Amino acid sequence: MSPDPATTLPAPRELAPGIVPVGEAPGVEAAVGLGLTRDEYALVVEKLGREPVQVELAMFSLMWSEHCAYKHSKLLLKTLPTEGPALVLGPGENAGAVDVGDGWTVAFKVESHNHPSAVEPFQGAATGVGGILRDIFALGARPIAVLDALRFGEVEDSDRSRFLLDGAVRGIGHYGNSIGVPNIGGDVYFEGPYETNCLVNAMALGLLRQEKLMLSAATGVGNVVVLFGASTGRDGIGGASVLASAELGEDDADKRPTVQVGDPFEEAKLVECTLELLDKGLLESVQDLGAAGLTSSASEMASKGEVGLDLDVALVPRREAGLEPFEVMVSESQERMLCVVTPDRVDEVIAITDKWDVHGTAIGVVTDSRRFRVYDGDALVGDMPVPALVDDCPLYEIHPQKPAGGPAEIYPAPVARIAGGTPVRDALLALVGSANVADRRPLFEQYDPVVQSRTVRRPGQADAAVLMIPGPAGRRAVVGGLAGPTDIAALEAAEGSGPESGAPIPGVGVSIDGSGRRVAADPYTGTVWNVLECAANLACVGAEPLGLTNNLNFGNPEKPHIAWQLTESVRGLGDACRATGAPVVGGNVSLYNEGTTGPIYPTPVVGMVGKVPDVTVTAPLGFQRHGDAIALVGSFAPQLALSELAKLEGRALPDGLPAWDVERAVAGIVAVREAVRRGELSSAHDIAEGGLLVALAESAIAGGFGATVEVQPFAVDGDARASLFGEAPGGFVVSAPRTVLEALAGQVPVTILGEVGGGELRVRCGGETAVATLDELRDAHGSLARFFA
Amino acid sequence: MRVGVVQFPGSCDEVDALLAAERAVGAGNAELLWHRDRDLKGVDAVVVPGGFSYGDYLRAGAIAALSPAMESVAAFARDGGPVLGICNGFQVLCEAGLLPGTMLMNVGRRFVFRQVELDVVAADTAWTRATRRGQLLSIPAKHQTGRWYAPDETVERLVADDQVVFRYAAGDNYNGSSDGIAGVCNAARNVVGLMPHPEHAVDPLTGSADGLLLFRSPLEAAGVA
Repeated sequence: MSPDPATTLPAPRELAPGIVPVGEAPGVEAAVGLGLTRDEYALVVEKLGREPVQVELAMFSLMWSEHCAYKHSKLLLKTLPTEGPALVLGPGENAGAVDVGDGWTVAFKVESHNHPSAVEPFQGAATGVGGILRDIFALGARPIAVLDALRFGEVEDSDRSRFLLDGAVRGIGHYGNSIGVPNIGGDVYFEGPYETNCLVNAMALGLLRQEKLMLSAATGVGNVVVLFGASTGRDGIGGASVLASAELGEDDADKRPTVQVGDPFEEAKLVECTLELLDKGLLESVQDLGAAGLTSSASEMASKGEVGLDLDVALVPRREAGLEPFEVMVSESQERMLCVVTPDRVDEVIAITDKWDVHGTAIGVVTDSRRFRVYDGDALVGDMPVPALVDDCPLYEIHPQKPAGGPAEIYPAPVARIAGGTPVRDALLALVGSANVADRRPLFEQYDPVVQSRTVRRPGQADAAVLMIPGPAGRRAVVGGLAGPTDIAALEAAEGSGPESGAPIPGVGVSIDGSGRRVAADPYTGTVWNVLECAANLACVGAEPLGLTNNLNFGNPEKPHIAWQLTESVRGLGDACRATGAPVVGGNVSLYNEGTTGPIYPTPVVGMVGKVPDVTVTAPLGFQRHGDAIALVGSFAPQLALSELAKLEGRALPDGLPAWDVERAVAGIVAVREAVRRGELSSAHDIAEGGLLVALAESAIAGGFGATVEVQPFAVDGDARASLFGEAPGGFVVSAPRTVLEALAGQVPVTILGEVGGGELRVRCGGETAVATLDELRDAHGSLARFFA
Repeated sequence: MRVGVVQFPGSCDEVDALLAAERAVGAGNAELLWHRDRDLKGVDAVVVPGGFSYGDYLRAGAIAALSPAMESVAAFARDGGPVLGICNGFQVLCEAGLLPGTMLMNVGRRFVFRQVELDVVAADTAWTRATRRGQLLSIPAKHQTGRWYAPDETVERLVADDQVVFRYAAGDNYNGSSDGIAGVCNAARNVVGLMPHPEHAVDPLTGSADGLLLFRSPLEAAGVA
């Protein structure tokens, strides 16, 4: 079917001296319209030795955008710890990766799709999932899980937030369910500052053998550049610069054409095709096309390989007629991949892409020029030094300044929903039913958590998701390929790893978290807290952190108070990474998250992956056994100022959070993890929004067992309310036989509170007794269902 | 006994089905069958798996029903070979005319994942011989277009002819299927389709092992077990 390659493969072209690209230079005003500053434009002119023509200006404006160049955050990100014993691949590639043992590697990354989702939530969220999955399989890893972190305005008051929530959840489900990658968890928060600028962050994990890891550097002068996947259209043009690198305004409906449209079926074929090409060793390198399309992926491949590229846009398959060369270069049409292939393998590569109906086309060639040359047939339409495009964007120092009036100067107090001093029982039911605490099941039951047969702990069962690694599918794929018969029994006999062998079944625990409100109150301490919370979630399933990925969602960094939030948050992230032993393996920065009502809460979202030595030994979050003792475990010093209760009472953000002892919090996390790994705990749940009493209620609801507890006020000043509803990192609610808890008290603070049993949660604290039946708690907890009716 | 699992572009659960079949019939005794191949490689039973074959464009299962592999599967079924359709595979078998009924969008018009209880109504089909009538199986269901529908007279005839194989237990018919029907068989009882996913219920570690009974059933039919 393929024509004779000798006549059709693109070859390097001779360029006579003095030849410059055809076409007029659009000029500095056009550059400013595309998001470049006048100084940046002048620098482009200096690097080129002339004014850029249209294709060049379009490419520079994207490559030098905040989204691609990280020009306001790169200097800060350099301070983060990126080394760890399990690290396989750190920041700079499509995703990071960690060693999970036995030669298996887990690649993972979180990425945002905030502004597209704020404009068109279904497609914005769907393509957010599609994009992060491509980052994963571009490394040669099979995507094995998706998680998401969502932030919306106050869903109870806002039609817009209900619309965005519904659209984003449907979009995530549509893409992930259709492509056969399980969605294993996530978090969602509802806060006023996200009203017009919602956040949609998607995280994906992939699995591969370490020796199969594929990097993106283009190598080998004379090698052929092949584009495969969907054809190229006008969708998403300028997405990176127009949408992702500017604040949102009133006229954003006009930006809808800059949102890409996703097709999970196309991506499902692309996954299988890419993995087959890599499995057969046919590719020199591969890269997905994401933000800034062909421009970004091709120039980054050339930059990493220290080579040049000649690309002919006339060879790029189109889905519509009349595309200009610059449109082809910047289109963000989804479900496309770019690979570099030696000339003798092009036919075989194209045959495999044909098998999967993602037809490959040779569109260019690797050169030694270190220049990115774009042709339209015979006409040269762009000619730029690769380093100028990729590396020479100016980096900016930001100028942090703490707002004099504290966070209340920026963020209005939330709407009061209950009166101060509401009795404990009523406050508990209000909290359990409040949007930030209510059961997430109405969201996550719109996602498939079990496909691929690895999921040991689904959403709602434990504080973190648990996957078997490699799981039966992964092991079978490695042993003989999935197309042919394989003797798994023989392999398992050799490894002693069969399901009946009783040998440990290894896996990973995964969690994603990141409350923005605590970071708004105190960017440094709040960010440390977010990282500790992820580590605490992992501890509940016996997982030890291997690495983390982060998505820094912030406002406009050119404003001093946002610069302060960003600087302090990154400092907290670094310190927390060091404290928990989880290096940053990669991530994403999303700036300019400001709507018509001001900036979002600063929201560093943390996704953490940890090693579980045996997935048969993890603790669920729900109580399991009548008669188990219940204890508060860990170093826990709760305060009401930033609590969910304070929010319900309409209190403004406090200016700063009290410092707590991070080392003691980490010691508690480690002690719980080890107790879970020993199989001693019936249940484990970290105390988060709503404090101790809500955590008790959640364990009761999840397990279907009531509890009777007596809490001696332990918070600062012996305050009963702060003890029940205050928040801080480091605390866990666990249940186990009393003797186990007494033994645990030798390693970590343990306060036995009461006992599992009955059909109600009965709490006595500071002279007040509160009782709620399991049915009352469940009814309150199910409050989000009404937004999906 | 060897089991073939048909693989379409857009299939999602084909590897899970393959692994589930292997648990029942032994490692190495299950293989994938490519949608463009008419050759069923001499397998003794066929599973049409879940997913979104051909993107579910046009109508769920409609394009897959016309694939070369399905031509061979239809002939295999007419000759009495055991064929199991799961979720999208059930949709494909209905579209191919091998099973009665059709699939509509769930009453809630959303994709829903839920662990449901299935009531075994007929324990004498090729795929339920290892179960007991009235047995409750805990099996996950996950779909957006899973509301099995047939006109009342068809439902009455299927009930009379004992072609209803599974019903959702009380409270679990979230998609709104006619008469709570979760799975049906053909008149010859060798072709069975159901919306929930037995291949995702083959290991207590991942939730339940009840689904394994379906994959063991063809062995009993063949007199192996």
